[in-house]
Amino acid sequence: MANPNLQLHDDGRLRHFLSVEGLSKQILTDILDTAESFTSVTDRSIKKVPILRGKTVANLFFEASTRTRATFELAAQRLSADILSLDIKTSSAVKGESLLDTLHNLEAMQIDMFVIRHQDSGSAHFFASHVHPGVSVLNAGDGQHAHPTQAMLDMFTIRRHKQQFEGLSVAIVGDIKHSRVARSQIHALNILNTGQVRVIAPPTLLPEHCETLGVQVYHDFDEGIRDVDVVIMLRLQKERMTGALLPSEKEYFRQYGLTAERIKLAKPDAIIMHPGPANRGIEIESSVMDGKQSVILQQVTFGIAVRMAVMSMIASQPGLDG
Amino acid sequence: MKIRIKNGRVIDPASATDRVTDVFIDLQLISAVGSVPDGFVAEKEIDASGKLVLPGLVDIQCRVREPGLTHKASIASETNAAARNGITSLCIPPDSKPITDNSAIVEQIHHSNQKAGNRCHIYTIGALTKKLQGEILSNMGTLKQAGCIALSNAQRPFLNNLVQRRAMEYAAGQGMLVVIQPMDQALYGNGCAHEGPLATRRGLPPIPEAAETAALAKDIELVAQTGARTHFGQISCARSVDMIRQAKKDGLPVSADASMHQLFLTDFDIDNFDTRKLVIPPLRSEQDKHALRAGLADGTIDCICSDHQPHDADAKLKPFPSAEPGISSLDVFLPLLFKLVEEGVLPLAEAIAKVTQHPARIFGLPAGQIAPGELADLIIVDDQQSYSCRSEEFLSAGKNNAFEGWDFSTRVEHSIIAGKPID
Repeated sequence: MANPNLQLHDDGRLRHFLSVEGLSKQILTDILDTAESFTSVTDRSIKKVPILRGKTVANLFFEASTRTRATFELAAQRLSADILSLDIKTSSAVKGESLLDTLHNLEAMQIDMFVIRHQDSGSAHFFASHVHPGVSVLNAGDGQHAHPTQAMLDMFTIRRHKQQFEGLSVAIVGDIKHSRVARSQIHALNILNTGQVRVIAPPTLLPEHCETLGVQVYHDFDEGIRDVDVVIMLRLQKERMTGALLPSEKEYFRQYGLTAERIKLAKPDAIIMHPGPANRGIEIESSVMDGKQSVILQQVTFGIAVRMAVMSMIASQPGLDG
Repeated sequence: MKIRIKNGRVIDPASATDRVTDVFIDLQLISAVGSVPDGFVAEKEIDASGKLVLPGLVDIQCRVREPGLTHKASIASETNAAARNGITSLCIPPDSKPITDNSAIVEQIHHSNQKAGNRCHIYTIGALTKKLQGEILSNMGTLKQAGCIALSNAQRPFLNNLVQRRAMEYAAGQGMLVVIQPMDQALYGNGCAHEGPLATRRGLPPIPEAAETAALAKDIELVAQTGARTHFGQISCARSVDMIRQAKKDGLPVSADASMHQLFLTDFDIDNFDTRKLVIPPLRSEQDKHALRAGLADGTIDCICSDHQPHDADAKLKPFPSAEPGISSLDVFLPLLFKLVEEGVLPLAEAIAKVTQHPARIFGLPAGQIAPGELADLIIVDDQQSYSCRSEEFLSAGKNNAFEGWDFSTRVEHSIIAGKPID
């Protein structure tokens, strides 16, 4: 079964990228530094480097995705990999093929790297513990567990604007309970020694024992946002309205929506982030989303460089520079 | 056949026996313990020197997967595994396919057991409601006549409290024991792990304590209302132990069991999404585990069951939330019981009583003691072994082992069922 170091080779290099949890500050910093070097590639007129030439990357999405899937595809292309994108809704999985059979059939096509999104928490670990040696798994979101490349592109965005994590106050606002993004962000921020990580949400949108993740819990937005350097808004999924988790969208926006008025309580130079897709008028006011403190579109751009970084580190050979 | 079991340490909690002596078996029954009965000439002698002679164990919650799920296991495979692991009586819950809600299914189960050689006594727990749908009462009197020893709605909900009340009342009128696994379906939701720090960290859909305790509080109130003799199965929470302790203090006719795995494993054992440890009710916290152990020690929890659930390999080869719950535990039941003794949770005789005398008494089974005139179900156990638990050595068809690599010290050398040695 899965072991704690499933995502590392014996020499400490990255073998899979399944969760931020369990990785060292050094590895996270390496990812950010490597991503930094790739931003220049994405700015060039010929946006390709040959790092993954001859390698095949398969995008395996069991759940809908726009940004993550597109940026993984672009990242693989810019590293010169061949890329196969599978929409599972039209594949044999719906005909009853088991997950493992799907995986092994694709492995038989000599895939080197799988980028997988699946609705079950732990599915990335599951795939990683069943692929052949030499095949890698990148977690593009598993259930409510982890979305590590999203967290790393968020860290990249924060570092670009704030230079360092020490002494920063970061508030994550919204549906923490069901969010794999929040879990990965919290681990990443803590591993990178962020001064203070706050979560702001009503109790129904917080997991039990949330504080054990290493966060300060606020139910009052105005109190929680005070003097923070970074505000990360989370998407509120529409189906949360039907499970008796919240009274109404209107009430949610009033209590937990980010408005121009509220952002004044944060530091004047605070940045506003959102992993997308955002619901304008539900968790975030349109003017704030498009305002000068918003770095939401930069996050998408940086996502390509960060995913290139993770893929290149996984593809690197021992003893050679990744 | 006349059998003499010589020089074993005979431990029989029911008669407070614990001494080195001989046991004499004549046909299906025990004819004497101690001195040779007049005219007894043994056709077979078993030397039990240095070994323990115990009543055959009684498991009150064991799934054999037949009828319905014979790709996982069968009555033949599981009665063999049970018998050779020292379990001589099995109670099987009604949630087979088809459901045990009519006498034909009961007969079919007993017929299969007979065809498999009656390696183990099987007792069926009948459905409280038709198809376990929680709406219409089953033909309880007919089920009783067919041989059901108790009635239960397994892990399925009742339509409402009124149906549950009526079902309990009717069962009581038939003199039948009601078995309840307290579960609030809405609070269970799609959960797959105890609502604690681990589920939070791993993003696993959580199952709160209240999914058990809120249901149990209601169930206890219905016992008070109806007077139905009720057994609570597979209790997992500390607060449940408190509630049952209080109910007993209040004089209510209740009893309870805990699953063996809940006495050893906690939610942190599922870290890294180990599907072998996916069970319902879920593995709870360290504190819950200790409370269950304390409840056993003070008598609040009367019995330990295996909650055996054998699976085919594919059932567990899935991401954690999609895998099928259950542990294959017949092969670890007795070794773990002795571990409880080793760890000081219970004295040996009391531990044995939890899996022999008490379940036999509560479920009204002709089993669980070594005394003249009793059914000769007994086992000879070597408790000086030393081996590592390996699923490939399991006798059960289910290799879904949650205790892989654990060090065990106990093996069953002989099992005798109704006077017949099982090889």
